[in-house]
Amino acid sequence: MNFPNNLKYSKTHEWILKQDDNIALVGITDYAQHELGDIVFVEFEPAGENKSKGDTICNLESVKAVASVYMPVSGKIKEINPKLLEDEDFALVNNSPYENGWLIQIVMSNSDELSELMDSTTYQQFVEEAK
Amino acid sequence: MKTIFEKSIDCPLTHHRISDSPLIAKKINEIIPDIYLETDHGYGCDEEHILPEVSEVELVRHYVKLSTRNFGVDTGFYPLGSCTMKYNPKINEYTASLPGFLTHPYQSSNQIQGSLELLYDLEQKLCKITGMDAFTLQPSAGAHGEFTGISIMKKYFHEKGETKKFIIVPDSAHGTNPATAAMCQYGVITITSNKHGEVSLEELEAAMQQRDVAGIMLTNPNTLGLFDRNILKITEIVHRYGGLAYYDGANMNAMMGKCKPGEMGFDIIHLNLHKTFSTPHGGGGPGSGPVGVKKFLTEYLPNPRIVYNDKKYTLSEVATKSIGKVKAFYGNFGILVRAYTYILMMGEDGLIRASENAVLNANYLRSLLSTEYKVPFDRICQHEFVMSDETLKNECTTLDLAKRLLDYGFHAPTIYFPLIVSGAIMIEPTETETKETLDTFAQTLKKIKTESIREPELLKKAPISTVVGRLDEVKAARQPKLKFEN
Repeated sequence: MNFPNNLKYSKTHEWILKQDDNIALVGITDYAQHELGDIVFVEFEPAGENKSKGDTICNLESVKAVASVYMPVSGKIKEINPKLLEDEDFALVNNSPYENGWLIQIVMSNSDELSELMDSTTYQQFVEEAK
Repeated sequence: MKTIFEKSIDCPLTHHRISDSPLIAKKINEIIPDIYLETDHGYGCDEEHILPEVSEVELVRHYVKLSTRNFGVDTGFYPLGSCTMKYNPKINEYTASLPGFLTHPYQSSNQIQGSLELLYDLEQKLCKITGMDAFTLQPSAGAHGEFTGISIMKKYFHEKGETKKFIIVPDSAHGTNPATAAMCQYGVITITSNKHGEVSLEELEAAMQQRDVAGIMLTNPNTLGLFDRNILKITEIVHRYGGLAYYDGANMNAMMGKCKPGEMGFDIIHLNLHKTFSTPHGGGGPGSGPVGVKKFLTEYLPNPRIVYNDKKYTLSEVATKSIGKVKAFYGNFGILVRAYTYILMMGEDGLIRASENAVLNANYLRSLLSTEYKVPFDRICQHEFVMSDETLKNECTTLDLAKRLLDYGFHAPTIYFPLIVSGAIMIEPTETETKETLDTFAQTLKKIKTESIREPELLKKAPISTVVGRLDEVKAARQPKLKFEN
C-alpha cells in the first residue's frame, strides 16, 4: 500500500496536499479505498460552504458500505473534482486515490492546522495498528 | 429461461382485441373527451399496448417455474443476521383469512368489534412482553416505527420548550437508526464500542454532558449479538442528563420472557412483528413495527388509539399531544392477526422457549465455528454472532464465502455488517432449526474454508450451481440497466 511522502494524513483516512499558501487538495487514502471496496457513488456537500475541521465533505458509497469523508482542516470547499461530480467516474477513487481520484480542492482558513496531521511514516504505523 | 415477453413471440397470436368486439361500436375518443386521454406519453390511446400473449398452460408453466427459483425460509436455511428470518407458521395464514377478519376499514366500529378486540388485546400482550405501558400498532415497518418513536421524542421536548439537536447512536447500530435521526432533523453523534463490543460509558457521558442531546437509540442485544451488560448504567446516564432512551427491537428474538426493554430503562421502543413474531418478511411482507412507550409519553402516541369503554371498542382521537396519524387506517391489519396468532399459539412458555432456543442455536453454531473462523468478540452470544474473514486464505473474501454457500443450497448470512468487524459474517440461525441443519451448515462453512486453501477458484467463481452466476455488482451499481430489452 502506498502513502506518498508529500501528503499529510488524518486519523479518519483523508490525505491533504498543500498546493499554495492556503489552497489544498483533499482525498481518501489508498488504505481507505481498499477497506471500502469499489466506490459506486459519491454524494458531495455543495462547494462554497465554510467548513470546520471534522465536518462532512461527502459520503462515499461502496458495494460494502457508506462512509463519510471529513475535512482534515477547516476551510471552504473551492472545487469538487469534475471527473467525479459530472462524469461520475467513481472508479478513479479506487484506481488513483492520490491523483485523478482527488475529491475536493479547499481554501484553508487556518493552515496551521496542517501541523496537527500525521506524516506518511506516522500514518503508516497508524494503519498497521488499525489492522 | 425466457421471459414472458420472449415466450409471447414464439406463440401464435391468440388474443382478442377490445376493438374487435361487436359490443363496442364506438371508438374510445368518441366516449371519453380528449383531455382525459393520455396521448402525449408515447403510448397514446390509439396505439396497441404490447402485452405478452401466451396460452394458459404456457402461462402457468412460466410462473410455476419462476416460483421454484425462489429461495425462502420455506425452502431452506436462512441465517440472515439481524433479520430474524424465522419460519412463518401456516396457521397464521389460516387465521388471517378467517371470514370474520376480512373487514373493510370504513366499516363502523359496531361491525368490527372482534377485530378491534384483537388489536386491543395484542397491544396489551406486547406491553406485557416488553414492560411498556402503551402501544400503537400503526407503523408498518421497523424504520417506520423508529420514525414514529423519534417523532414522539421530538414532540415531547418541543412541548417542554427544550430544543435538542442530537441523537446518540453507537457504531454497532442498525443503519436505520442514524437515518431515522436525520429524518427527524437531528444530528447524529456516533459513539464507539469498547473492546468488549459494548457502548463506551465514558464516551456516552461526555457526549451527554457536552452536547444538546435528545436521547440515545440502542439495540440490545446489539448487532454483534452481544447483550450490553451496562444497559442499566447507559439508560441511567442518558436520563441523568435529561435525555430519553429509544430501544430498537430488531433483536428482541433473544429477549422474550427473559428481559424487558421497559425494565432496562427504555422510554420508547419498537418491535418488528415480521421478525420476532413470525409474520412474513422481505418480499413476503408487508411488515409491522408497533411502538411502545412509558406512561408519561402515552399522550404523544399517534391517533387514533383503540379505546375500550362501556364494553365497547372504538378507534378514538384520545391522545391529547399526539404526533398525528402515521399510517392510513390502523396498521397492516392482516399482519397483526398473524402476530397475535403466533403469541397465542406459543403462549408465555412457548415464547420463552423460542428465545432460549434461538440463543442456544446461535451459541451452538458459534462454538462449532470458532475453531475455524475468527469470532472477534468470542463470548456467550445471544441470538446471533459475527465472524470475520481473517482465516480465509488466498485472498478469498467474505463475499466469496457468501457466494459459495449458495452452491451448497444455503442462503448467505448478512455480510460486511456490522462495520466494526472486518469482513463481517453475521449469522442468526433462529430457534426453528434442527441440530442436523446446524451441523450441516457448520460442516459446509468448514469445508469452504478448506476450499479457500486448496482450491480458491471454487470460491472466486461461485456460485456455479445457481440459475444466475456471479453478478458484477460494481458494474450494476455504476451503470445500472433499469429496463429489460430484447
